[in-house]
Amino acid sequence: MVEGADLVRAAALLGAGIAMGLGAIGPGVGEGFAAGKACEAIGRNAREAGLLTRTMLVGQAVSESTGIYSLVVALLLIFVV
Amino acid sequence: MEEFTWVQIAAMSSAGISIGFGAIGAAIGEGYTAGLANEAISYRPQEAKDIFKNALIGQAMAETAGIFALVVAMLLLFVNFDRGSVLTAPALLGAGLCMGFGALGSGVGSGYPAAATCMGIARQPRLSSRLTTSMLVGSAVCQTPSIFSMVVAFILLFFNVTGHPFSPYWAAYIGAGLSTGLAAIGSGYGGGLAAGAACEGIARQPENAGPTTVSMLLGQAVAQTPAIFGLLVSFILLFKGYPEAKTLSESIALLSAGLCMGFGGIGPGIGNGFTAKDAIAWVARNSENAGVISRTMLVGMAVAQSTAIYAMVVSLVLIFVI
Repeated sequence: MVEGADLVRAAALLGAGIAMGLGAIGPGVGEGFAAGKACEAIGRNAREAGLLTRTMLVGQAVSESTGIYSLVVALLLIFVV
Repeated sequence: MEEFTWVQIAAMSSAGISIGFGAIGAAIGEGYTAGLANEAISYRPQEAKDIFKNALIGQAMAETAGIFALVVAMLLLFVNFDRGSVLTAPALLGAGLCMGFGALGSGVGSGYPAAATCMGIARQPRLSSRLTTSMLVGSAVCQTPSIFSMVVAFILLFFNVTGHPFSPYWAAYIGAGLSTGLAAIGSGYGGGLAAGAACEGIARQPENAGPTTVSMLLGQAVAQTPAIFGLLVSFILLFKGYPEAKTLSESIALLSAGLCMGFGGIGPGIGNGFTAKDAIAWVARNSENAGVISRTMLVGMAVAQSTAIYAMVVSLVLIFVI
């Protein structure tokens, strides 16, 4: 018989996996798209490579933010709740 | 219900899942190829025979993922899996999930190089054999995630599951299937985008075929890494020994690890595909700057990979720390 507390813990662990798993999808797609456009921009204008790379990294960092939120929630679900 | 009935239930549903999802990818990829082949023929009807031939070859490549799924489904339907352990049931379910999802990405992805080759032949009929070669190489690399899935599916179908306690092994087997199967979706699709861009780039600038092919292989190799992470987590789930689980949460932790790495591989695989696609397109146009474009591509892909790494870390924590 599955106890109440065990079921809650099981749900927390399942939630952790789903949170990080699904949460990884968005930043992956978004950052990849940004990197692709950066490569295109450098292809058009290679002299600005430094500026373009920096802009890419800043944009990717912003996109990363929700991925970090997912990671935090997943770790909280595993270790704290 | 006796144990053999559970095994049969699992085998039947798993066969359906395997071919059900597996059929989606190949069909979409082949349809996309057929559509663009027609567009290409409309631009240059004199090349209709050659374009059509290349479309069929490309569609055959996309079909292989669907064939893998069919093979797994047939095995599930007709092989007697009675091995004296009810653990066979989740193992069979894991196999079907793995192959079904794994065939999805590669099938869709293989549509891109075939379509680009057809359009390329319309633009430059004399390059036809060079483009066919490029399409075959790109599609073959694009199929590798579905091959990873088939390997894991075969392990789940055939290896010895007797002697293990039911919990937590049921979760380990389903999780192993999900981890490779889902992660293969992203890498299959991303690898396909890269191959498509390479075929189009070679058609537009045949003199830059060399650097374009090099960056296609590099971009596809990095785009495969989420599927490799998925495969790694699957192997750990399959082959690690577990003490008998006293609580439900120990089992769910393993299932969750599989879901986490599985889903976590989808986004970075697709994103790496976008990066590789644009990078390859511009290496083709502008090959003197191939160096800086490739470096930026690798940096960008590494950043896009980061959430797949977080997912792998959370998966490993769920497997080893819980």
